[in-house]
Formats: sequence, C-alpha cells, structure tokens
Amino acid sequence: MDFVTNCAADVADQFWAQTRNGLTLGSIYAMIALGYTMVYGVLQLINFAHSEVFMVSTVAALYAIPFFGVTEGDPATGLSAVLIFIAVLVCCMLASGLVALLLERLAYRPLRKRGAPRLSFLISAIGASLFIQYLFVLMDGEHYLFPIRGIADPLGMPLMIIGLALAVVAGGLLLAGVRRGEAGWVDAGTLTGFGGLAALIAGLVFVVKLPDILGPTPQSVPELFATSTVFTLLGTPISNKRLLVVVVTVIMLVILDNFVRKTRMGRGIRAVAQDPQAASLMGVNINRVIVVTFLVGGLMAGAAGLLYQTVLSAPAFWFIGFRPGIKAFVAAVLGGIGNIRGAILGGLLLGLVEAYAVPCIGTQWIDVTAFVVLVIVLLFRPTGILGEQAGG
Amino acid sequence: MSGDVLLELKDVVVRYGGIEAVRGVSFVVRSGELVTLIGGNGAGKTTTLSTVSGIKRPYAGEISFLGERIDNLPAHEIVELGISQSPEGRRIFPRMSVRENLVMGTFARGKKKTDIDRVFELFPVLKERHKQAGGTLSGGEQQMLAMGRALMADPKLLMLDEPSMGLAPKFVARIFELLEEVHAQGITILLVEQNAHLALQIADRGYVLESGEIVLADDAKKLLGNEAVRKAYLGED
Ligand SMILES: Nc1ncnc2c1ncn2[C@@H]1O[C@H](COP(=O)(O)OP(=O)(O)OP(=O)(O)O)[C@@H](O)[C@H]1O
Ligand SMILES: [Mg+2]
Repeated sequence: MDFVTNCAADVADQFWAQTRNGLTLGSIYAMIALGYTMVYGVLQLINFAHSEVFMVSTVAALYAIPFFGVTEGDPATGLSAVLIFIAVLVCCMLASGLVALLLERLAYRPLRKRGAPRLSFLISAIGASLFIQYLFVLMDGEHYLFPIRGIADPLGMPLMIIGLALAVVAGGLLLAGVRRGEAGWVDAGTLTGFGGLAALIAGLVFVVKLPDILGPTPQSVPELFATSTVFTLLGTPISNKRLLVVVVTVIMLVILDNFVRKTRMGRGIRAVAQDPQAASLMGVNINRVIVVTFLVGGLMAGAAGLLYQTVLSAPAFWFIGFRPGIKAFVAAVLGGIGNIRGAILGGLLLGLVEAYAVPCIGTQWIDVTAFVVLVIVLLFRPTGILGEQAGG
Repeated sequence: MSGDVLLELKDVVVRYGGIEAVRGVSFVVRSGELVTLIGGNGAGKTTTLSTVSGIKRPYAGEISFLGERIDNLPAHEIVELGISQSPEGRRIFPRMSVRENLVMGTFARGKKKTDIDRVFELFPVLKERHKQAGGTLSGGEQQMLAMGRALMADPKLLMLDEPSMGLAPKFVARIFELLEEVHAQGITILLVEQNAHLALQIADRGYVLESGEIVLADDAKKLLGNEAVRKAYLGED
C-alpha cells in the first residue's frame, strides 16, 4: 500500500514536468509509429526493420552536423542554429527515406512479386534489420565505416570491404535467384534469403569485431545548439529543445494529414489500405503507392531520429533504434495498427504512461511499462483504441 | 447504332493454378452497344471481366481495346485507356465518404475536372448521403455508388458485374432503369448478369457463358426467345 500512496504522491508532485516529458517523447514515438502503421495499412506487414530506418537518422546527424560547421563544444546560435537545424533535418530525413526505399526494393518487393507467404516477410524484415544494424557496428569503436572520419584501426577498411563484398555477392545471388522465377532452389533461396544473408554477415562481423560489440563506443553527436528555457508553463520550465520537438511534430503531422487527405497520391494510399483490388480498378498504381508509403514512413522516422537525438543527447549508435522502435510499434498497436490517427494517439499515450511511471519505478525499469501496455492491449482490446481501420 | 469495335477478346484462356476458368473465349463489344454476358454460378463471368481490367492475366489469347493489345498492361494503365468497372461485390471504400468514393473514380483521369453533379443527378440518393461513410450505406445504395464511381471515370467502356446481386426486386428494377439511362447517354456497356431475363431485355446483344466457354451468341431479343436459354436461364420448362 505504501508503494501506491508514495507513487501517487510522487506523480502528483512531478505531474506537469512528467506531462511535458511524456508529450515530447510521445511525439517522437508517434512519428515513428506512423511508419509502422502506414506500411501495415498498405501491405499488412510489420516492417520490423523500421527501427533501423530511425537509427540511420542519428548516424546521418553525426556526419551532417560537423559538415555544416558545428563541432563538439561549439554549438550554433541564433539564426544560424535554425538554418543549420533545418539543413541537418533534411539530411536525416533523406538518409532515413533512402534506407526505407532500399528496404522496400530489396527486402520486400522480391517477395511480394512472387506471392511469398507472410512468414517470409517477417524473416526478411528481421534479417534486413540485423543486416543494417551490423553494417553500422562497423563504425563503432575504432573502426569507422566511412573514411571521412579517418581510420584509426588498420583493420577497419579491409573489414568493411570484405563485409560489403560479401553482402554484394550474397545479395546478387539472391536477386539473380529471384529473377530466375519458378526454379525450385530459388524458393528456398527466397525464404531463407535475407535471413540467411544477414545471419552470415552478422556472424562474421560478430566474430571479428567481438571486442567492439562487447564494449561498443557510441559516437556522441555534437550538440547543435545549447539548451535554454524558453518559458515556464504551470510551474514547469519548457526548454527550446522540447519546444522544437513539439513544433516539428505538429508541422510534420499537419503536412502528413493534408498529404493523405487532400492529394491524389494520399487518396491512393488510403484506397489501397481499404481495398487494394478496388484501388487498382480506379487506376491506382499499387507499386507506386507502396514505394511512397515507405518513403513517407522513412522521412518521418528520419525527423524523429534527429529530434530524439537532440532532446535526449542520444549518441549515434547501431542499437539506438531498438528501444524507440519497439515502443513506436507498441504505440501503433495501442492506437490500432493501420490507423493513422491511432498511431498519433498511441504514441502520445505511451509517452505519457511512461513518463508518469518514472517517479514510481525509476528510469531503469521504464521499458517494462511499454510491454505491460502491449500485453494489456492485446488481452483486452487487440484491435487497439481506435480499431484497425486501415486508411481511415 | 453500333460503331467500331471497342473491345475484342480472341481465344482468351484464364487459369487459376492448373484449373481453366475461362477456356478460349472470344467476343467483341462495339462502340455504343450494351452487350450482356450471362451464365450461371462459376461460369467464368467475373474472371473474364477481371482479365479485361488487368486484375488477372490471361494464360493465352489476346485482348485488345480500340485496336491496341491490352492483355499485358497493368490494371492501372488499362483504366487510363477508358475502361472502368463496377466490380462484383461492389467493393466500395468503406472508410471514405460517398463523395470521396466518387472522387476515387476520377483517379485515372488525372487533373480533369470531376463531374460529380452528373452522377448526383442520376442517383439523387448519393447526393443526400454524400458525407456518409461508404461502408454504412445499404446494399442498394452501395450498388448505385459503385456504378456512380465507375461513371466518374468518364469511361469509353463501362463494365458491370452483377449489379442486381443481393438486391430487392424494386431496387433491381431501379438499377436497370438507370443502366438504360446511362446507355442512352451513349456509354458503351458490358453487363455481366445472372438475371438473364432483365439483362437481355435492355441489351443489344448477348453471349451465354457456360463452364468457361461461350455456347451462344446472338441478338438479345433472339436469345430471349431461344428455347435453350429459356430453359437454362429464364426458369422455364
Ligand atoms: N481466385 C480464385 N482461385 C481459384 N479459382 C477461382 C478463383 N476465382 C474464381 N475461381 C474459379 O473460376 C471459376 C469461374 O469463377 P467466376 O468467379 O469467374 O464465375 P462467375 O461466372 O463470375 O460466377 P458467379 O456468377 O457465381 O459470380 C469458378 O469455378 C471458380 O471457382
Ligand atoms: Mg461472378
């Protein structure tokens, strides 16, 4: 009983501060959740590699921020901070968008073309996710993937070349196999394709890079601009960074809403989500809709990645996508998978639930709340709060 | 009244796995005609329409529209050529409003101004309910919406798959009246029906499809009088 009363008192004490924290993090979850939910809407597929689409954004920030002249300990100020932020945001969004497009093209489309069973998509998703993660493991510690940051370790470059060559050979074999059509060995190849490929490369990287993986050094991203309090609301200071998260999220959501509701392509996306066959009878090019959906999800995840990095001072790190990714997935299920408004609602709710749980269970245990929420949703309302209304 | 050949099927074969659902079907639809394709359950009517619209690929044979082969085009490009369809089961977008459903009908036309008033004139009930979600309409209303949506494409050829299915006789009569009205406006129609009597009454010509093959082809009036048709499809002994 003590726990409950203490907990209630703590939450009451920190209520507005935690509401603020919950809404900031929740906005970010919502933006990532949109990618899961929109792809699910058009393909009935959970893109489990979406967390890596997010992760790539933090890596893009690692390179883009110094590129625009901001270095560690020397943040930008005033108008130049705003302009640089926008430029970095564009870079992050493009990087994530590109990865999302590649995923669609390489991990899912070959399966879709051949009418592969659901399970193959799941295997491919997990394989692609591991593949991207371990590709970025190569830039942990001393081994940088991209030579522009210098190669401290003599092994870095050869490793990278071997890894990439392997990936290209295996990927080429796979694609050649998929092209060949009906041949028997191809079916097996497709099924195990990306899973096997990823496992192979991941395994290789793992063995050679074990020391790094056991003690990886996340790359800290230079702070783009310094934190300051903009105003105080209900006794709670609101920082420029948190304000930025909310402003960017609102802008992105307004653009997305108009895109989905008012534009021709947006109507196509909704139509495919509601009835793909009827949509193609109306003249909707389903392939193009799928590509655009992945792109939009990627752009949103890219923006979310930079915001997450900014507000939490998160490092660029191969594993950084896992937690926000899985939580955004929970948020999408919570709101009703496939449902765009559901993803936004679910993201904000999950952010708040987590924030209110902090005073009670502490930050180390906070991840548990998301999974508890997931279990509760699946038990009592498996279709989510707003229901699975794809394209609604 | 009938002009150039609009749609032509030559020895079209369609398979599902190893099963042949359509076995060498050939027919033509000329500009301005109302042609009906009648036949019992599983005869291959829907399969034939799906193959014309590109949802399904023919295994063999040729389909041409306005003299150009279309059997290897993707569905969305076939719509752009001017073939629109009110599909079996209506397939209204359930979470779009009536108006949004109609606007979807213009998708293939790109930027051309939508002529929603013409459809509202034909189907006043759609105007009354233009804000209602498509999924909440009654069956008859959904059928009108499916027809209206197909008309919004301003098609050269309108294909309808069993517009009378599941409707009360009063509604069926109304739908067929509207079909005649649309036809009178000069739109070429390919009508698939199990309700052979009604279909043959408004059609110019008819084809009878049985187990994936065309067994009879004639003027609609002659088919109405045909002994075999009367026995098989018009419920007479
Ligand atoms: N997706 C499918 N997979 C396998 N067989 C199919 C499929 N669709 C249709 N068929 C088969 O093809 C044949 C023709 O079906 P089709 O739907 O074209 O008939 P129909 O004339 O439209 O019948 P109805 O009047 O009942 O709608 C049937 O034997 C049916 O079982
Ligand atoms: Mg049918």
